[in-house]
Amino acid sequence: MEFVLLALIVIPLAVCPLFMLIPSQYPQLSRYLAALAGGTLFALSVLLFAAYEFDGGSGLRYELQWVWLENIGFLGENGITFYLGLDGIGAPLVLLNGVVIFAAVFVSWNIANRTKDFFVLLFLLVAGVYGVFISQDLFFFFFWYEVAVLPMFLLIAVWGASSEFKTFARTKEYGAMKLTMMLVGGSVLVWVAIFALFVEAGAGTYDMTVLREAALDEDFQKVVFPLFMVGFGVLAGMWPLHTWSPDGHVAAPTGVSMLHAGVLMKLGAFGILRVGMTLLPEGAEFWAPVLMAIGVTGAVYGSISALAQTDLKYMVGYSSVSHMGFVLMGLASMNEIGVNGAVLQMFAHGAMTALMFTSVGALYDQAHIRDMTQFGGIAKPMPRHTAFFTIAGLSSLGLPGLAGFVAEFHIFVGVFEAGYWWAGVLGILSAAITATYILRMLSRAYFGPLNEKWAGLKEMRLGEQFAAVLLIAMILLMGLWPAPFINRISETVEMIPGIAG
Amino acid sequence: MSTSLEWGLLAPEILLAGWAAFIILIDLFWGGLGKERLGWLAAIGAAAAGGLSLIWVGDTKQFGDLADINDYTTLFRVLFSGIGATICILSARYVRDRLLHPGEYYALILLAIIGANGMAAAHELLTAYISLELLSFSLYTLTSYAKFDLRSNEAGLKYMLLGAFSSAIFLYGIGLIYGTTGSTQFAVIGEVLSGDTSDIEWGMYLGLALMIGGLGFKVAAVPFHMYTPDAYEGAPIPITALISALAKAAGFAFFLKLFAVAFLPLIDDWRYFIAGLSVATMALGNLVAIQQRNMKRLLAYSSIGQVGYLLLGIAALSQDTASALVLHMIGYVVTNLAAFTCVILYYNWTGREEIEEYKGLAQRAPYLALCLTIALFSLAGMPLFAGFTTKFILFQAAADEDMLWLAGVAAFFSFVSLYYYLIVIREMYVGETEEKTRFPTPWLEYTALTVLIAGVFLIGLYPKPVLELVEDGTATIFVSEELDPGEDLIGVP
Repeated sequence: MEFVLLALIVIPLAVCPLFMLIPSQYPQLSRYLAALAGGTLFALSVLLFAAYEFDGGSGLRYELQWVWLENIGFLGENGITFYLGLDGIGAPLVLLNGVVIFAAVFVSWNIANRTKDFFVLLFLLVAGVYGVFISQDLFFFFFWYEVAVLPMFLLIAVWGASSEFKTFARTKEYGAMKLTMMLVGGSVLVWVAIFALFVEAGAGTYDMTVLREAALDEDFQKVVFPLFMVGFGVLAGMWPLHTWSPDGHVAAPTGVSMLHAGVLMKLGAFGILRVGMTLLPEGAEFWAPVLMAIGVTGAVYGSISALAQTDLKYMVGYSSVSHMGFVLMGLASMNEIGVNGAVLQMFAHGAMTALMFTSVGALYDQAHIRDMTQFGGIAKPMPRHTAFFTIAGLSSLGLPGLAGFVAEFHIFVGVFEAGYWWAGVLGILSAAITATYILRMLSRAYFGPLNEKWAGLKEMRLGEQFAAVLLIAMILLMGLWPAPFINRISETVEMIPGIAG
Repeated sequence: MSTSLEWGLLAPEILLAGWAAFIILIDLFWGGLGKERLGWLAAIGAAAAGGLSLIWVGDTKQFGDLADINDYTTLFRVLFSGIGATICILSARYVRDRLLHPGEYYALILLAIIGANGMAAAHELLTAYISLELLSFSLYTLTSYAKFDLRSNEAGLKYMLLGAFSSAIFLYGIGLIYGTTGSTQFAVIGEVLSGDTSDIEWGMYLGLALMIGGLGFKVAAVPFHMYTPDAYEGAPIPITALISALAKAAGFAFFLKLFAVAFLPLIDDWRYFIAGLSVATMALGNLVAIQQRNMKRLLAYSSIGQVGYLLLGIAALSQDTASALVLHMIGYVVTNLAAFTCVILYYNWTGREEIEEYKGLAQRAPYLALCLTIALFSLAGMPLFAGFTTKFILFQAAADEDMLWLAGVAAFFSFVSLYYYLIVIREMYVGETEEKTRFPTPWLEYTALTVLIAGVFLIGLYPKPVLELVEDGTATIFVSEELDPGEDLIGVP
């Protein structure tokens, strides 16, 4: 099993040179290879998720540790190790990544321009994401974190699309540059915090299992935690540093939006939990009210902004900001059920938002506009597409039986339990606004009388339907049978210092 | 002074000097050989000198009181020879197409290596100074080598005038240090400075400041950087690469050794001064680079920014930081050479060097665009590549020496630098061009490029072997040398 974990990083990295070797006049070959690699990663992720069982300690299993650099300079024994391991929080996120990449390959099937280059960058991104979820060494955690950001610029700038509005335009270069610079800017804070943490711990190692045992000075924790919170928070779409997210997601091609909103944003929240809250519990406790306030502001602000959008993709982009606000609220509750909910929400939002981007992308490919006011009644020509989008929307607004409900329920219980009743009330308000914009969008664009202009629309491609079914399966699995998720997550969350039982 | 000198210890330098003369003679008497082959021949000589220096791996020897031959020297001899050989290979086509007098051109590159070697090996100030001048004069001449190009002439003149001025400042610093401490030997200076210095304070500090200024010029630290962009832009491109790699690396090899051996006792006096220089250098280099439209100027300012990171290593000087500094320098040299290789190849094909003229490169020469992208990402400090790993280690080492704020500033400017590298990458991948013709494949240059890119990946993914070699090297300059009181020191009154 250890090597299955290793394979999650090795396979996506190893296919990159293989793609490069394929002559560019055979794009079909690249697609098959991508499907093969994506399928393998999906299968391995499912396998890991299914096999994971908590067995005491911090919940880490399948550990694999190789010394990378030691006893040199400031590094002591086990200075920097290539240290992989899966815990109950990582397991569902690994599964999420496997699902989304497999789906994204099929959604990206029709990319005709520089097909193989696209897949090289896509798989590089996937390797980075897997690396973050399973690294137990802070150096490599940060290493993979940056790897995941690395390909985004080209993915958006080359294959993305620019948006024109009445008074201004948002070019794909703009979206790409904004996204990259904001994310890397955030990681500067993380970087500095890592330097400080290493020096303060004085253990001569970046091994997070050792660092979490180091009793760090309380004042130090209070100073450094906000660096992690804000640095990782940028990637988590934390208000007011979320502005890259709608612009970036809209500019990106569909497959990249799926991965980015579906998985990459989770890295930020995961970083706050894995590095910030786990290594600096007292700092986290001190800053939790602030994180709560920021989280709930993001949730409300994101949903109100989504309400104002007529562009479908911008609506989905702002809804991501809103849902990531819920994740931050769950984390800030600092109790077991709330943090559980945060991790559940990462999964639920990942699957749901990937599905939304799949649907919006499929519609845009045919209609070449995304303005919901221009559509009407397209449920008739595209019944399946409508069904998929509706399920995603209902999960987003928290309909019981779908993943979103399970996650949001946990979060709100956690938030109220922690005593933040005001945040809980505002959060529920935000969920209500979500229902408003989702239902309004469905009624405007999908139901009602058919706008004859769109009578010629065809159903989504089979590959896209397959991707959607895969994602819906995840939404239903978690919505109807959340036990496998909750069991895995809660046992690990319990072991995080500073989390109230 | 010891009378019997072991001349054998200088075999690599002697070989280089002989080879330089040989190249000139070949050019003179056997013009039929061709300008390109002459470059390859010079590369062989440089590589042979590097190989020859491996004889002294693990040894600690001294050439009189003038030069140390130890692992530190060996490390840099190999590095400098590698740089020289690479530049000779990369020059071949450029020189054939655009320059006259290839013999002297290659001979000067070989002489520059000798100067650089001397700077790393120097045991005392005057040897270092003379080596520095040998390196500098070779570079002045090479900078103005395109003699029908006005920019090249201007660049050479500027470089030489300002360089001579800074040499004078540096020399005055040497004079003051010699006057106050009574010796030019690093170890003796260190000995004297670690004792009671209350009666020599003024001369000592002035001398130190002047030397930092002089050295700052040679490595292009702000505010002594003024010549860099013009010299970089005007010089023939392979020479730009040579300045950015060899002159910087040699400057820092000497900087590091001098400060580690001679001035370490005064570290509390100069570390904030150097830290200030470091911040100014990082800030100016990286911010001004954003404005650039010319690829060579962009790389010039980016290399000024890189000097800021290296100065950070001096400001937080200790044995750990020294290793991290040298590792970063090696990573930078390899990466920068890779970037320059791409720029040279592009110039050879098209004669263009504006950033916007890189439009559509990804379609016309995908491999070249890929390599340049990798090199630029590495310079920006992105992972998988050398830049991330070496910066991480260097900044962490500085943070470990209570310089966390400086590490933070450096991390910030490293982020700023990503912006202007991304602009180049954007031109290559997003820009469209009218001309769709593919470029030819120059096998030799592409091989060199591939080796450099492999080095970028090696240092980025598995720096252990390189770091261990560097550790062996820096360990030798941090050994406090036992001084025999009876030994007669140059000029002790």
